[in-house]
Amino acid sequence: MPSLDDLRKRITSVKSTQKITKAMKMVAAAKLRKAQENAEKGRPYSEKMNNIILNLSRSITDKENAPKLLVGTGDKKMHLCIVLTADRGLCGGFNTNIIKKAKIYFEKIISENKTLKIITVGSKGYDQLKRQYKSYIIENISFKESKNVNYFDADKVGKIIIDKFENNEFDVCAIFYNKFKNVITQIPQEQQIVPLNENNEEGANSSSDNDYEFEPDEDEILSNLLPKNISTQIFKAMLENSASEQGSRMTAMDNATRNAGELVDRLTIEYNRSRQAAITKELIEIISGAESL
Amino acid sequence: MSNNFNIDIVNPEKSFLSKNDVFEVVIPAVEGEIGILKDHISIISFLKPGIIKVYSDTEEQNFYVEDGIVEFKDNTLSVLTSSIFDLKDADKNFVSESISSAETELSKEDIDDQKRFLLNHKVEILKSIN
Repeated sequence: MPSLDDLRKRITSVKSTQKITKAMKMVAAAKLRKAQENAEKGRPYSEKMNNIILNLSRSITDKENAPKLLVGTGDKKMHLCIVLTADRGLCGGFNTNIIKKAKIYFEKIISENKTLKIITVGSKGYDQLKRQYKSYIIENISFKESKNVNYFDADKVGKIIIDKFENNEFDVCAIFYNKFKNVITQIPQEQQIVPLNENNEEGANSSSDNDYEFEPDEDEILSNLLPKNISTQIFKAMLENSASEQGSRMTAMDNATRNAGELVDRLTIEYNRSRQAAITKELIEIISGAESL
Repeated sequence: MSNNFNIDIVNPEKSFLSKNDVFEVVIPAVEGEIGILKDHISIISFLKPGIIKVYSDTEEQNFYVEDGIVEFKDNTLSVLTSSIFDLKDADKNFVSESISSAETELSKEDIDDQKRFLLNHKVEILKSIN
């Protein structure tokens, strides 16, 4: 049985923790609004990019000579995985969910005896993966310095990917991130970006009229466009991720605040009971002392 | 019937400009400037550094772009670009910085002719703004 003093100390400490989680929740809520706005603003760009590429790839008749970024190297031996996570913790299952999804993929690749290479973006992903997959991680990128998600950062990652592709360091590239559905739900996503997954695109609007004029020719436009598309996809993933991170943190901190509240209530009852017990005990002692006289 | 069509300029961060009352747009495509009027044939092209001129019923706007892709289809012109700014609020420092960085790039030995051409062009355009 803890003493009265101990209980009092615990109550104050839980209360101050509650204050912190409450503040974190508010901050996350404010940031979430902004991140969500940014994610929405960024959507037209990636959608339009997707549409143009879709239209272009349809009009390419000569599949054999099409750019490798679109159709792949023909091999599926070397896989590059880009795992996008947050730089900070305390956001519920956000990071763990991405890692879990990625690990399933990794295990599949390894069991098929294919080469696996991992690039982690965000320090939490690196921390969680380095124990098990240290030898596979070839790079760890972190954008701790930049306050907001910006295209410049995404472009850097995109350039690394293109470089590696041109040096034949991988055949297939997939990215892992959390898609923001709503504040409570974030869905971990696995998206193949090299070669461009065609199944993914069938959902896009399928207009029959493909009579485009190209200037210069299709091939040149495609080879110019595809690297940009990779950066764009990364950027989209980063935007979704940052909105998801804040949403996830908000829910996690909301839960923590509520749990702290419950704990305080329970401790207070316990405190009051033992205080009452002590008083009763003292009274009994006094009464029985008086009786014995 | 009006001669207007729609224009959407988007960059990765946001939708930069969206108008539905433009009657002519001049874009700096890689192989030369293209003027686009209503009912132009569907076209996809990409941009070199230059000025986009947008003429609408009420005003004329000029934007500097570095690169990007344009698509014209069903009387909608979509411009996707990663770097764009309105000439009206051009930042002198930014422009001169861009010029000097392009010039240092030019002074490097290992660039090919096409890149050299693009960089030269960029410097020229930027200087004309300044």
